[in-house]
Amino acid sequence: MSLPKTFLGYRRENGRVGIRNYVVILPLDDLSNAAAEKVAANTAGCIALPHHYGRLQFGADLDLHFRTLIGTGCNPNVAAVIVIGIEAGWTGKVVDGIRATGKPVEGFGISGNGEIQIVADASRKAKEMVHWASELQREPCDISELWISMKCGESDTTSGLASNPTVGNLVDKLDPLGVTTCFGETSELTGAEQECAKRAVTPEIGEKFMKTWQAYMDEVIEPHKTSDLSDSQPTKGNIAGGLTTIEEKAFGNFQKIGKKTKFVDVLEPAEMPSAGKGLYFMDTSSAAAECVTLQAAAGFVVHLFPTGQGNIIGNPIEPVIKLTANPKTVRTMGEHVDVDVSGILSGEMNLDQAGDALIDMTIRTCNGRMTAAEVLKHREFVMTKLYRSA
Amino acid sequence: MSQPDFLVHDKADNVGVIVVETVEAGKTLSGLIMETGEKIEVKALDAIPLGHKIALVDMSENDTVLKYSSDIGRMVADAKIGNHVHVHNCKTKRW
Repeated sequence: MSLPKTFLGYRRENGRVGIRNYVVILPLDDLSNAAAEKVAANTAGCIALPHHYGRLQFGADLDLHFRTLIGTGCNPNVAAVIVIGIEAGWTGKVVDGIRATGKPVEGFGISGNGEIQIVADASRKAKEMVHWASELQREPCDISELWISMKCGESDTTSGLASNPTVGNLVDKLDPLGVTTCFGETSELTGAEQECAKRAVTPEIGEKFMKTWQAYMDEVIEPHKTSDLSDSQPTKGNIAGGLTTIEEKAFGNFQKIGKKTKFVDVLEPAEMPSAGKGLYFMDTSSAAAECVTLQAAAGFVVHLFPTGQGNIIGNPIEPVIKLTANPKTVRTMGEHVDVDVSGILSGEMNLDQAGDALIDMTIRTCNGRMTAAEVLKHREFVMTKLYRSA
Repeated sequence: MSQPDFLVHDKADNVGVIVVETVEAGKTLSGLIMETGEKIEVKALDAIPLGHKIALVDMSENDTVLKYSSDIGRMVADAKIGNHVHVHNCKTKRW
């Protein structure tokens, strides 16, 4: 198969290219979810992103909260944004962060106005934004303008045998074309961390990766673990699927970055890549919705999600493409699967053909095809919280 | 070759992965080593579900389990060639 040179995307004011065209109603905090959902209910073409946090956070945790919200608004799949918060100060900070992209954004503070007034004002503004966004047109964009993230879930041994290597095959084919890609799941590289460090573009970046991995072990896993984690990593689902240890899971996970592509930098959670095109590692939890939410906030526009036992996650702003190699999952959960690569296990398909099938589905998704998770309305938006609020 | 019953990532591995839905104890299974294309046969000693591992050699407690040519844990009980290898006889070395 000849590799694709272009896809049809929406070019935003800052030059980045999106593949969806949402008007997002973004609550700053938990208190503002109700208003955001009411505005979205009033106004076709809007999507509200309710979440649980935003009050009394501080330090690095507050920084991550802002980075995630601002990054979500900046994502090129988003045409325009309304931010609603309980008060004007922090609401304005998120508005200003998104405004740097040049896209339309407006903030509303509930304090001193009441929710009913704010819902009316924000709904009028949202209606204007939808009229404007609905006339934006897709245009042919170079493949090098595409940003793809990866994370697997409900993995089993078929993930390491076939569906993760299929993603790796895509990465090895598209990396030379200048596509920007991202993998994460810090704890789930445990056992393969030395092998992973060797895939950094320089020894310095490899050291940066090892520092990040070690910090996760020292600050998250060690102080909080009450057992040997055998019920969490691997998960019950992983174990049902035949994965026995974290090391086995890690080597399977690691197949997603292909056989030769090197990663160019290590990102903080939700940090936007700034080292040019190429593959990035992001420090994330291995929980699916948390990881994809952080990758979407860093600006990735389409997600590849290999699954074994059948994880059904989606994301509200970043389409999630599901692939599986497990024939039983294809049979029992087929409505969640976009690309069936079970033929690799039966010898009917080779890895190269599977990689091409995934590239084809990725481009079709970019051009507008809705994924299984989109059609089934999976919109898991989950903020990562680093520690308890003040 | 007809569809293999199990796949082995690398020649150095001492476990393979069942890729068919039904494996009964006593059945002789055909396997494929993906690294080399070599075909092998192992007689299953247990019923082993799809995706689960089968021992390719006799293993003793504390032996290292190799998959992807890499250390994926240690045996905590003995297993004969053809036995099911999973959480009942294999454990992480990490946590």
